[in-house]
Amino acid sequence: MVKANKSKNNVINLKTVSINNLSHFYGKNENKKQVLNDVNLNIDKGELVLLKGPSGCGKTTLLTLIGALRTCQSGDLTVLNNQLNGASRKTRQILRRSIGMIFQGHNLLRCLTAEQNVQMGADLIKGLTYLQRREIARNWLSAVGLEEHHKKLPNDLSGGQKQRVAIARALSAKPKLLLADEPTSALDSVTGREIVTLLRKLAKEQNCSVLMVTHDPRISDMADRILNMEDGKIYGAHSELI
Amino acid sequence: MSFSFLKFRKIPLAWLLLTRQPLRLAVAIAGISFAGILMFMQLGFRDGLFDTSVTIHKLLDADLVLISPRSKSSISMSGFPKRRLIQTLAVENVEKTTPVNLNYLLWRNPENLKTRSILVLGFNPSDSLLLDEGFSKKAYKLRNPSRVLFDKLSRPEFGPIEEWFLSEKKVETEVAGKRVIVEGLVELGPSFGADGNLITSRETFLRLFPANSRGSIEIGLVKLKKGSDPELITRILNNSLPNDVKVLTKKQFIEFEKNYWKNSTAIGFIFSLGALMGFVVGCVVVYQILYSDVTDHLPEYATLLAMGYRLKSLFFVVAREGFLLALFGYLPAYFSGQILYSVIRSSTKLPIIMDADKTILIFVLVLVMCMGSAAVAMRKLVDADPAEIF
Repeated sequence: MVKANKSKNNVINLKTVSINNLSHFYGKNENKKQVLNDVNLNIDKGELVLLKGPSGCGKTTLLTLIGALRTCQSGDLTVLNNQLNGASRKTRQILRRSIGMIFQGHNLLRCLTAEQNVQMGADLIKGLTYLQRREIARNWLSAVGLEEHHKKLPNDLSGGQKQRVAIARALSAKPKLLLADEPTSALDSVTGREIVTLLRKLAKEQNCSVLMVTHDPRISDMADRILNMEDGKIYGAHSELI
Repeated sequence: MSFSFLKFRKIPLAWLLLTRQPLRLAVAIAGISFAGILMFMQLGFRDGLFDTSVTIHKLLDADLVLISPRSKSSISMSGFPKRRLIQTLAVENVEKTTPVNLNYLLWRNPENLKTRSILVLGFNPSDSLLLDEGFSKKAYKLRNPSRVLFDKLSRPEFGPIEEWFLSEKKVETEVAGKRVIVEGLVELGPSFGADGNLITSRETFLRLFPANSRGSIEIGLVKLKKGSDPELITRILNNSLPNDVKVLTKKQFIEFEKNYWKNSTAIGFIFSLGALMGFVVGCVVVYQILYSDVTDHLPEYATLLAMGYRLKSLFFVVAREGFLLALFGYLPAYFSGQILYSVIRSSTKLPIIMDADKTILIFVLVLVMCMGSAAVAMRKLVDADPAEIF
């Protein structure tokens, strides 16, 4: 199981994400390119953080590192009290069960109905019966306004509906951290705001932190903090960006 | 019970992945079924060959069998002195003996007058030859010269003998250019060596085949007293009789014949190779289907890995797909095999049957084929990189 990581003075780290001097490189030798440059970042429990920045600045790399999808190369990266620098594949796999991910391309399983796709997330919760997991899936589908579409396959849903199913899937696993890459890009402004409102409500009610990469200015006012990223560095919260 | 079932019940992902593209599933099932049918046919023919090669051997009323050491099989029997058989009577527990001549002679079809090789057995009608209880009554008719009993299971090329005989028409023809009359019918069955069989008296046999010495026989049947140990008496006889004869138990005699077809001819190898080809074809088909399935769904598998599913769980999904394909491919192969066996039985009279051994063996082969292919296709799953889906 995931072991709690303790800092030097033996105090359990209460932050959801704690990053110190994190650097990351792609390629080798002369092709080696630095994409993250001494990144420092903390995300508190229940906080909704927006991450902005131009294409290629390292947002997605940072997201995949926090999501335990990549191996950490340099610096300290602690997620949900797990030090990921040097973490085993199994540790990262177990940790991922506590992290909800919403992808830009939604990546739904084409052979499953909307309800089954959401249930794939709920299936990761241990100790529940099939019916209980299905109930969770239905509740989340209802929460994103798709209860009438639960039997539809992804091909029969619009882009926005697919994205909402993907959001419901990420939330159904009761995550403690939610990572989202442009989750509202395929949604109209009203639905987009509804979804972010939902994410914010979850963050506050369940102490679930949310890190969202977005270029959508319509939702900027809903964030606790907005971070700007450029050339592999985070330049902190800037209220003027809101 | 129902609680634990509900607890462990999962979305049938393997089934849903397979059935998402019905056409591809149909092609996969057709490919596996074809491979299964090929294996059923090849192993059916192989086993049929081995079984039919000992059809008569099994029917012989004997505990021990004497043959010449030069004999290779029923299609290549050498003679040995008949007196060796008489010598066996000196051994305790030997109850009675039956000298048998055996050779292939030309039978003329009485309807179209064409000739065809037929296996002829010659024995003394007062002796016991076959286990069939009603046979001795039929054998009695062979006391008259030039009388024969025709195997009604012989191939139809020998003529409508059964039909003529049952309509009480006198069935008269030639064997080895000499006139014979069919006095009765027996049920033996054709083999890969003999398309038809004929039983007659030794007197008639020697008249049909005068080159055979009167004092020479091809097979000597020995019947032991009840409670005797055939293995022990075989050892005693082999030690006491000269080297121009070999004593076998009936079981060894059957194995002797089967081993000839297995080892001394390419037939067993050819049919086994045919079955192997079916296996290889099936492996290629299943691998192609599963590999393209895994490749198609790679981003979806990567998503599941990103969600926290273990790679091992995904391996199980592919393994379950392999198992389902094995099941769905095997069932049509089994039923098609039954139909084809029936067609072959009626057209060739070969005893090709769907026995439990064959049914289980081919299911295991199909299962190995599908699971093995699934195991190879799983290697592609390792390429599923959850970091690439963002």
